[in-house]
Amino acid sequence: MTHQTTPGTLAPAGTVDHRPRRSGLIRILRRLARHRSGRIGGAAVLVIILMAAFGSLLVPYAPLKIDMAHRLLPPGASHWFGTDELGRDLLSRVIFGARYLLLVGVYSTAIAFGGGVLLGLLAVAGGGWTDMLVMRLVDIMLAFPYVLLLLAIIAALGPSLTTAMVAVGIAGIPGYARLVRGEALSVREREYVDAMRVLGAGTLRITLGTILPSILPALVIYTSYVMPLAVLSASALSFLGLGAQPPLPEWGAMLVSSRSFLATAWWVVAAPGMAIFLSILGLNLFGNALRDVLDPKHS
Amino acid sequence: MTALSSPMHSSASPAAPIAPVIEVRGLRTHFTGETGIIRAVDGVDLHVRAGECLGLVGESGCGKTITALSLVRLVSPPGRIAAGEILYDGRDLVKASEADLLALRGDRISMIFQQPKASLNPVIQIGWQVAELFCHHRGMARRAAWLEAVELLKAVGLPAAERKALAYPHELSGGQAQRVMIAMALALKPRLLIADEPTTALDVTVQAQILHLLRGLCRDFGTALILVTHDLGVVAETADRVAVMYAGQIVETADVVPLFAQPAHPYTRGLLHSMPVQGRRRDRLDAIPGSVPPPGLTMAGCRFAPRCSFAFERCHAEPPPLVGLPDGRQARCWLAIPEPTRSRSHSDDVARPGQPD
Amino acid sequence: MTKATSGKTHRADELVTVSGVSAHFAVRSGLLRRRTGTVKAVDGVDLVIRRGETLGLVGESGCGKTTLARTILGLRPADEGEVVFDGHVISQLPPRDLKPLRRHMQLIFQDPYASLDPHATIGRSIRAGLDIHGIGRAAERSAIVADMMNRVGLDPALADRFPHEFSGGQRQRVGIARALVLNPQLVVCDEPVSALDVSIQSQILNLIKDLQADLGLTYLFVSHNLAVVEHVADRVAVMYLGRIVEIADREALFGAPRHPYTQALLAAVPQPDPTHRRTEAPLAGETPSPDVDYQGCRFRGRCPVAIDRCRTQEPELAGPVNGHRTACWRVADGL
Repeated sequence: MTHQTTPGTLAPAGTVDHRPRRSGLIRILRRLARHRSGRIGGAAVLVIILMAAFGSLLVPYAPLKIDMAHRLLPPGASHWFGTDELGRDLLSRVIFGARYLLLVGVYSTAIAFGGGVLLGLLAVAGGGWTDMLVMRLVDIMLAFPYVLLLLAIIAALGPSLTTAMVAVGIAGIPGYARLVRGEALSVREREYVDAMRVLGAGTLRITLGTILPSILPALVIYTSYVMPLAVLSASALSFLGLGAQPPLPEWGAMLVSSRSFLATAWWVVAAPGMAIFLSILGLNLFGNALRDVLDPKHS
Repeated sequence: MTALSSPMHSSASPAAPIAPVIEVRGLRTHFTGETGIIRAVDGVDLHVRAGECLGLVGESGCGKTITALSLVRLVSPPGRIAAGEILYDGRDLVKASEADLLALRGDRISMIFQQPKASLNPVIQIGWQVAELFCHHRGMARRAAWLEAVELLKAVGLPAAERKALAYPHELSGGQAQRVMIAMALALKPRLLIADEPTTALDVTVQAQILHLLRGLCRDFGTALILVTHDLGVVAETADRVAVMYAGQIVETADVVPLFAQPAHPYTRGLLHSMPVQGRRRDRLDAIPGSVPPPGLTMAGCRFAPRCSFAFERCHAEPPPLVGLPDGRQARCWLAIPEPTRSRSHSDDVARPGQPD
Repeated sequence: MTKATSGKTHRADELVTVSGVSAHFAVRSGLLRRRTGTVKAVDGVDLVIRRGETLGLVGESGCGKTTLARTILGLRPADEGEVVFDGHVISQLPPRDLKPLRRHMQLIFQDPYASLDPHATIGRSIRAGLDIHGIGRAAERSAIVADMMNRVGLDPALADRFPHEFSGGQRQRVGIARALVLNPQLVVCDEPVSALDVSIQSQILNLIKDLQADLGLTYLFVSHNLAVVEHVADRVAVMYLGRIVEIADREALFGAPRHPYTQALLAAVPQPDPTHRRTEAPLAGETPSPDVDYQGCRFRGRCPVAIDRCRTQEPELAGPVNGHRTACWRVADGL
């Protein structure tokens, strides 16, 4: 590639990387693919997504079909993960359950993310009294014990999977709001934000056009912590009977309905238990890798 | 000037050889990154004698700081010394054990950095930070070490040294902190001091004070000084001998007076001509076109050739060696080599006024 | 827009008139961060910037030169005094009312790394001013950006690249293009080359001078580097502890400096000439902290020629208007 030249300002080849440009996303994916726990975690996340998307095509049995003739069968050739107390195929139920995990993870995190970003940016852009009001609200939410906050929201809305998602989402808002405010305040002091001010940009343009893109990496990193926690919380709520209700094959709900058979048929608990354990592990590994890749100190 | 009349300076001539305090041969320091190996230091030879000040000059990314850190084996992974010898006291420091190095650093060889406050312990009074050196390396009692420390702080010109010895680093100005760093670096009268941009963070009036202090103390103690800097003014003010680095290599070494009077390498010449100099105002500066090649870029010929206004075919095809010139000078440039096959004589090239652009 | 209300007349060739401007910072201490004092970073500065000239503003760290520059740009209000830009009093305007004037006064930053948004392409950064002020349609904006990139020596084809793909010198070109895209009258250059390598500095200095000639810009050039200021400035003001201690045409200031601080500052710059080494540092001590209330001349503690009067009475900037002015009793008394 030739370089534009004006007198005395010729730049030799090599000062700007003239290789075809790769977008940031592809660069990040490439680095993830080279990262060891990124590969393992990525594979786990991919498996969850595939199970959620194509679960109904993959399952050997209908997940809700009761077959009392084959109840509590141990894992074997016809039922790889065994069957539960109502003769339902556990493999099918576990595969089917992946969609609830994904649903919970995505929706509750989206609620927390959206609400937190809105409140945090409002506090920063508004400043003064707005800032104080918003942050006191956040403080009050944070002052509640996490579980108590969840229970309060569910008590208000009634137990269901949707409620559990909303509750976990709302409970996540203050964490995001605090992060957004803190990051935005520090970004606001950067010189390139000053540069926008010098050009005449208003608060709205600076907040949404300059500050928000700058804090996104930090938000993604935070999300990698929050999402597995949200999934786990929703499963715990289901286990307590406050989230997904039987016969829905949500993993937490599966655990609770089968737990009285643990002594005689370990697999009824092992199947959903391992599914939760492995998926959370996978999400965490993926999150670790994402943090390594996005952390500016590593790039 | 005093620097030029000092016995150390005259000893630099080959007639009266004094064994150098430290001698580096063929030093290569490589960094292994995502994109491959970056040769940050690519075959550097240098030496410095007792009481002498060697200015190591270059722009950012030229490898001057990595060279300095390599001398005391302070390059941390992914960087490593890939080749070369660092001869100190008849030993090769590249092969020395970590324990031996620990004993050397801070005692026989010490360093000063650009940000003095970052190098001081923020929660210990500065007097004790100096005294600690005497306790640890010289086995002095605390009381005696403290008195010695206060004396030393007085010697480096810290105002109200008795009182200031009780201060914490954050209570000092930048210039005062750098004085404390100098006190600590020279406390044990080391044989070699490496100062990496010691005055870059300081105001110009304070810079002048610190440079004089540093140069004077090193001369008094017979300490060899390697002054790493990007500022040719600082070098002209302080150094006896200069090594100019570009893209991981030394491109020119010479005594300070001839280097500034008649730079042999086009890069040195370019740097000198591109600087605005007080009292010698011109309407336009002779800029060196382009910018420093990114580290890790491999080039077939001379690394400066793409920016050099004197470059000819050979410069782009074949890397020039560092060749010896009269008066113990060296330059890494084909034009500096007196070669019978070339039509122009060497003296023409060296004497030709530099006009980059 | 507020018209100039002060009794002073503003001559047509004065683009910026600074009268008695002070900028204060609160000093807070203790657990409750109570206000325990005030630092006058800028303390009663009078200054005129004429159309088409380059005024150099020189001083060491903490002298208030950057604060003064930001006050002149209206980025912070003046706590005392008045800044008049092109006939408008801007020193107390709220940001909303300042916006139409923003396009006429721009800033080139010191740090080409921190001052560019790493998440925006350089084309977007350069175009930002046009977007903010709604100048032209999309195609016209792209054309203006391309033209400006050509002017500063950047290939317009690189507009969709991100800052991390550029060297420091090229980033500074981007910063210059961003500042000039609005065709401003006043450009404040805040240490525009001090973060750059020596070989790049000269390119950028040449560019800054070329652009002034091409576009008829007025510069306020803030720097600690005297050699650089001598190279670019037509007139030079020297600041010490919030006050201007000397102001004069370039030749007068560098050729015959009068204030002892200016003299010391000039002598302290290391020259690239090993045959003219100084035997001692030209000035002892360091700039004292600005949070002390001064009586008398602020420089007297370091001044080699201070007299009794310097202890009790603060010297005012004296000398012919628009001429060589010095704030020093010894100069006022004819030494």
